Amino acid sequence: MKHTISVLVENHPGVLARISGLFSARGFNIDSLAVGETEDPTVSRMTIVVEGDERTLEQVKKQLNKLIDVITVQDLTQKKFIDRELLLIKVEAATPKDRNDIIEIAESMGANIADLGAQSITVEVVGDTSKIDKLTELLKPFGVKEIVRTGKIAMTKDVKEPKEPKEEQ
Amino acid sequence: MTTKMTGAQIVVESLKKEGVEAIFGFPGGSVLPLFDALYDAPFRFILVRHEQGAAHAADGYARATGKPGVCIATSGPGATNLVTGIATAYMDSIPMVAITGQVKTFLIGNDAFQEADITGITRPITKHNYLVRDVKDLARIVKEAFHIASTGRPGPVVIDLPVDVQMAETEFRYPKEVHIRSYKPTYCGHPGQIKRAAKMIAESKRPVIYAGGGVMLSGASQQLREFAEKINSPVTMTLLGLGAYPADHELSLGMLGMHGTAYANYAIQNSDLIIAIGARFDDRVTGKIDEFAPHAKIIHIDIDPTAISKNVKVDVPIVGDVKCVLTELLKIVHRPHDKEWADKIKHWKEKHPLQYKQDDKLRPQYVIEQICEATKGNAIIATDVGQNQMWTAQWYKFQRPRELLSSGGLGTMGYGFPAGIGAKVGRPDNEVFVISGDGSIQMNIQELATAVVNNINVKIAILNNSYLGMVRQWQELFYKKRYSHTRLQNPDFVRIAEAYGAVGIRIGKKEEVRPAIEKALHTKNVVVMDFIVEEEENVFPMVPAGKRLDDMIGSMA
Repeated sequence: MKHTISVLVENHPGVLARISGLFSARGFNIDSLAVGETEDPTVSRMTIVVEGDERTLEQVKKQLNKLIDVITVQDLTQKKFIDRELLLIKVEAATPKDRNDIIEIAESMGANIADLGAQSITVEVVGDTSKIDKLTELLKPFGVKEIVRTGKIAMTKDVKEPKEPKEEQ
Repeated sequence: MTTKMTGAQIVVESLKKEGVEAIFGFPGGSVLPLFDALYDAPFRFILVRHEQGAAHAADGYARATGKPGVCIATSGPGATNLVTGIATAYMDSIPMVAITGQVKTFLIGNDAFQEADITGITRPITKHNYLVRDVKDLARIVKEAFHIASTGRPGPVVIDLPVDVQMAETEFRYPKEVHIRSYKPTYCGHPGQIKRAAKMIAESKRPVIYAGGGVMLSGASQQLREFAEKINSPVTMTLLGLGAYPADHELSLGMLGMHGTAYANYAIQNSDLIIAIGARFDDRVTGKIDEFAPHAKIIHIDIDPTAISKNVKVDVPIVGDVKCVLTELLKIVHRPHDKEWADKIKHWKEKHPLQYKQDDKLRPQYVIEQICEATKGNAIIATDVGQNQMWTAQWYKFQRPRELLSSGGLGTMGYGFPAGIGAKVGRPDNEVFVISGDGSIQMNIQELATAVVNNINVKIAILNNSYLGMVRQWQELFYKKRYSHTRLQNPDFVRIAEAYGAVGIRIGKKEEVRPAIEKALHTKNVVVMDFIVEEEENVFPMVPAGKRLDDMIGSMA
């Protein structure tokens, strides 16, 4: 099962290497990883999507918590959360019909045209995984030249829970 | 008013504040300012002959004293030579602060002379590491390094210090306290879990305490003893746990695992409750993991949450410091003496004792028994890795904690001698014996110079069988006696000892063993005893890799 883990870390050089090194050294697979500064510039948030059973996830969370630079670890999969990803997809669009169809699909999916080329169209979309997968499916028949995804970022929904301390084991 | 100090002086002042007494190290281009400041600093500085020796000596010092060991090396090769020693300390949770020189800040990343990305290299083998970029951070970083190294589950911390930061100046203010928002180790176990454990113990019929290095690290031997006696439970120990409970006590089962005693392994396999204390269910301990203690529930006390349920499923986990948890547990736990279980253990002990062939030949086990007798079990023993290590674990009767120094997790050959040096520096009043093999000793034999020059009078017993004995044993048992590259053609260890200014003794006969040990004990110098032992002696009993714990060979039942 895929888990979305949100990790608050110290915003230092080398922290990303510590996290990614931990995943490779312990044999955990990262599906995606997105990092950015938070409202507090000394803190970064990493959103990590990782595949594994409950036991692996327990170890992932504990091992992350053990790193000195990790402030908190939350498994969002156990909570209500919003997740978003940005996709850029460049598809072949040589004929006027294809061009019209692609633009129509993009509009119907709430996606934007990021670039109109002579031979291709690049579509951008922001959404959760299912939306991104669906758009990719719809555009595939035209011939995909290139796909770039940012990896998922996620945030818990406001359901008036008390703020979580560092997870207890 | 505070005066300005250089980074190098700040390191020295900070180490003073941390109560550091001894430092092990080796100079070089990128630590020149630091060594200049060390020139008139009040530490005992032990100049080693190879940086690996410095790291192991700092580790041995830490294991013997309980205080963090400190080692210093230059950038590049100096730093990379520390790596094996740092990894050794990491695997066994030993508090250590390693300070490495680094090229000037503006040269970092330029492949400068003697540059190595040591924070990158040591990231997976340190508890934490720092590259100091600004001298203003230095005092805080040293303070944090000692705090992190010695609290929670201890471990090594590397401080990488560029040469320009060593020279830069700032005001020195040593922080009184450490504030790391993300590092707050749990010290006392959850009261609810402790209650559950007490209930489980009271209901158990066949409990076994399985104690590891965590008991040592926590300083909880006394509590362990009271606990075992209060609940009438036998105690088995891991290699790193030996000495946590006195070997000659009735409840002691000695070591468990691959080369553990048969009775310890039988007790585990027949137990209905394993109480794991500061141990981590290593594969050398559990044997085939799915069939480890098949009838037992498991209580696991450990300060590191990642150690819990990593290898085996645990029924009652208690995250916390062993000493604190045992103290709490002692207040509420009761379990009456159970004759049936005690008799069963007694029966196994009588039927399957540790043994070796008693004849005229010079057997390595005999040497260790004699060292144990001659030192009355009171010496600090540093071992190397392989047969010498396992025989020491089996035949030396450790009575107290912090008296066996051995690389358990990483299994580092060449560890013993420099670790013994570190131990002798930390506890000069104790006899320190290094029990090594003809293979292992040669991995750091250059430290004879360090020991002799600094009057660090350790006694080295080489169990010389002209083989890499443990590998040869596996080749004999599992590779049809095809002794691929395990035969050693050795130098004359007596003459090597003498060339370094130490005393060398060769012992070829059984009757010469005790006199040689006595002579070593009465010699005020480093002594190398070259025991020419039976070449193809094996360590038994043995649980072959991947087999069940009670599936032992050579237990001579």
